[in-house]
Amino acid sequence: MNLTINGETRAVDDLPDLAALVASLGLDARKVAVERNLEIVPRSAYSATPIADGDRIEIVHFIGGG
Amino acid sequence: MDGTQNQADDTWTVAGRTFTSRLIIGTGKYKDYALNAAAAEAAGAEMVTVALRRVNLSDPSQPMLADYVKPERFTYLPNTAGCFTGEEAVRTLRLAREAGGWDLVKLEVLSDPRTLYPDMEETLRALKLLVAEGFQVMVYCTDDIVFARKLADAGAAAVMPLAAPIGSGLGILNPVNIRLIVEEAKVPVVVDAGLGTASDAVIAMELGCDAVLMNTAIALARDPVRMARAMKHAVLAGRDAYLAGRMPKKPMGDPSSPTSGLI
Repeated sequence: MNLTINGETRAVDDLPDLAALVASLGLDARKVAVERNLEIVPRSAYSATPIADGDRIEIVHFIGGG
Repeated sequence: MDGTQNQADDTWTVAGRTFTSRLIIGTGKYKDYALNAAAAEAAGAEMVTVALRRVNLSDPSQPMLADYVKPERFTYLPNTAGCFTGEEAVRTLRLAREAGGWDLVKLEVLSDPRTLYPDMEETLRALKLLVAEGFQVMVYCTDDIVFARKLADAGAAAVMPLAAPIGSGLGILNPVNIRLIVEEAKVPVVVDAGLGTASDAVIAMELGCDAVLMNTAIALARDPVRMARAMKHAVLAGRDAYLAGRMPKKPMGDPSSPTSGLI
């Protein structure tokens, strides 16, 4: 299926849920926050959140800033 | 407080959290996160500002801020740098709250990319949106006395007037306004942005500010760790001078040695 992740369209294998997506991207779920179709998904709900073709996903983290 | 009291007892409190250090530092513009962490330690900082950005999906193994400037050691103050509307700021800080689990945030809504001056009308509107969502908001603002009062009335946890434009290092351009904001403030006042060197931090603290926030002055010093240490001492010196109460200025000389008993 195709997802838009951080503004880029990516073809990904079918994945059961958001937890699987975050893991497949090599990210540590404890260090990121995720928005699915403009709605924040609490970290505790990643495994209960299905992903579907066309979803727009934003994955952010803290970086240096003033 | 009297001079015999330990400096460690001189704390300040924002949004129910009490801090000993009155120096908040940014985490931008450092050569790398290791240097950033060393500067934060040398500054004696307990709070650091951080930005929220998209993760780099092409290289998820690149260094992460949290591995160096550890959130267990420093209170993260997520900012809204790069946001130009209240809605953008709210979206960013909702994500920050999820990423870090904190509700203490720094609001900055800029207007002009050249001067980086805050848009105060939009800042006040954004503050009200954030307060309604339960955020504790430290607000970057101009040194406008009336707006500082409006922000406090709207529920700001602290007001953070600029000394000079962000990253300019010009020092406190309008000490009269900063003093007036301090005198009137019902919430902590933190001078944020525009400080360039240690004497600027001393002046901010002598004016009675509760704390100072700086990034570029340390990050772009030739030796950031040494400058961080200088800033720590400057903030302590300025705070002590404020509490000690300076001598009155006089137009003439006034001898320090007795004028009687001369041979």
